[in-house]
Amino acid sequence: MSRIAPEDAKRVAELARLRLDDAELPAMTAHLERILEYVDLLMEVETDGIEPTAHAIPLATPTRSDEPAGEFTPEQAVANAPDADGTAFCVPKVLDDEAAS
Amino acid sequence: MTERFGSVSELRSALDAEQTSSRELIERSLQRASGVGERLSVFVDLQNDQAVAAADAADARRAAGETRSPLDGIPLVIKDNIVQQGERAGCASRILEGYVSPFDSTVVAKLRAAGAVVIGRANMDEFAMGSSTENSAYGPSRNPWDLERSPGGSSGGSTAAVAADIVPLALGSDTGGSIRQPAAFCGVVGMKPTYGRVSRYGLVAFASSLDQIGPLGRSAADCATLLDVISGHDPKDSTSLPEPALTTASALTGDVSGLTIGLPREYFETEGADPALLEKVRVAAGMLEAQGAKLVEVDLPHARYAVAAYYLIATAEASSNLARFDGVRYGRRAEGAANLKELYERTRSEGFGAEVKRRILLGTYVLSAGYYEAYYRKAQKIRTLLRQDFDAAFAGCDVLLTPTTPETAFRLGDKTEDPLTMYLSDIYTVSANLAGLPGVSLPCGLVEGLPVGLQVLGRPMEDAAVLRVADAYQRLTDHHLARPEDLA
Repeated sequence: MSRIAPEDAKRVAELARLRLDDAELPAMTAHLERILEYVDLLMEVETDGIEPTAHAIPLATPTRSDEPAGEFTPEQAVANAPDADGTAFCVPKVLDDEAAS
Repeated sequence: MTERFGSVSELRSALDAEQTSSRELIERSLQRASGVGERLSVFVDLQNDQAVAAADAADARRAAGETRSPLDGIPLVIKDNIVQQGERAGCASRILEGYVSPFDSTVVAKLRAAGAVVIGRANMDEFAMGSSTENSAYGPSRNPWDLERSPGGSSGGSTAAVAADIVPLALGSDTGGSIRQPAAFCGVVGMKPTYGRVSRYGLVAFASSLDQIGPLGRSAADCATLLDVISGHDPKDSTSLPEPALTTASALTGDVSGLTIGLPREYFETEGADPALLEKVRVAAGMLEAQGAKLVEVDLPHARYAVAAYYLIATAEASSNLARFDGVRYGRRAEGAANLKELYERTRSEGFGAEVKRRILLGTYVLSAGYYEAYYRKAQKIRTLLRQDFDAAFAGCDVLLTPTTPETAFRLGDKTEDPLTMYLSDIYTVSANLAGLPGVSLPCGLVEGLPVGLQVLGRPMEDAAVLRVADAYQRLTDHHLARPEDLA
């Protein structure tokens, strides 16, 4: 059932915020195709009525008292940023000039 | 001080008797790390100054009668995906180049409190994705038994460091076999504890419902000592079990009489598995039977679906976990992006290696509209069936005995062209992660000069039982004492 074309791989890459250049695309598409062909063997298992398992150990979501717990200072939080200004992370413009005006 | 490290209890006795000092142990480790370690590409970072200072502090405590734990002053290495405050933590990836952790992982905090001395950070497959350590941005680690072969992965650096006698203990992480498979390839003991027994706080997540930190060492007893120090409930990890720290070391009695050991029929009928390895497992089972254990055959009818289910679940979780690497908050950032989307795409495309990209793509695909039910949901249902298989098997036995890998260490480069053949090297290990079981791999002999791994799997929470069986076997045999020719 799984047949993945280069354009599918490219679309998925865009969703994942990755770029596949023309040199990478054929090999990556072929690898994905081969892996998906293999996982198709799961389709031979009858799973109607079987509950899915998201986690090996069933645990209720733990709660704690609603009190502030200090972790990092703002300075520590931005210490690893590739580009920071004071305690702010810097990023390129989100809106283009036309939208911003 | 002998040329090679003894067991942790021997080292401790030598320290107590003042036959050696922690300073001496650490200097020996550091010396081997920069010699043999370099030839094996075991380390991504050595912490010479911090390690020597910590050793001196341990010696001072011992002199004052204030030794903190059985690991006080003992050297070890940790995998590059477990963070330490003030140290780089790169997950062997270009995308985390330059990242310095502002906090300690819980396991590192516990090790510090116990007085253990971290000498460096071990090489690994990028973000723990791989079974050979060939996906590291720093190049592959090598197997001390044969430098042309892989040490396994993804904890290949940690494991090779123990096998090459650089350190007596190491920490790895196991998402689908990443501690047990390299332990098998390198002839050491490696354990994946029950999911939730060891805090994952400060472990860079690959697949959160499967990842577990665990010990590597020469013997089950050494692994038990390390496990007992790092285990226990952690409020900082919402998946941590509300249980106290383990006391597995005290359970190692050597007695297996009355224990029922299951041999999963399907594991011995796996296509492509080396018959010589299966025979070693049967011989090991026979030895335990002679000590009073009872052997039974059991069925795991869905075993052949485990790898497929695993890769769907693991990649789906990975695609979500690795979304955080965007070039904004930490790590590397691509130069000259005109807008935010381009910044994300270029940073991630330049920073991630091929295997990580492949898994992110697979994970994104199987979670996308139209495929979620067919793949991800289906894999989660198979996970339920695998758990039910184990429940049924454990109704009739206490532990399972299996091979750890279908073959001995493969040559570097042999599987890099075909990711699927690499994935299949985890065929005996992934089920334990899907079901949350404790599992240990220990050496059970050599085939053509290369180590063979024996795997013991137990019921969830019965970490002590698997270590007890491993320890009992090691009392009967000396396979764990076999070492590769010295590489110094």
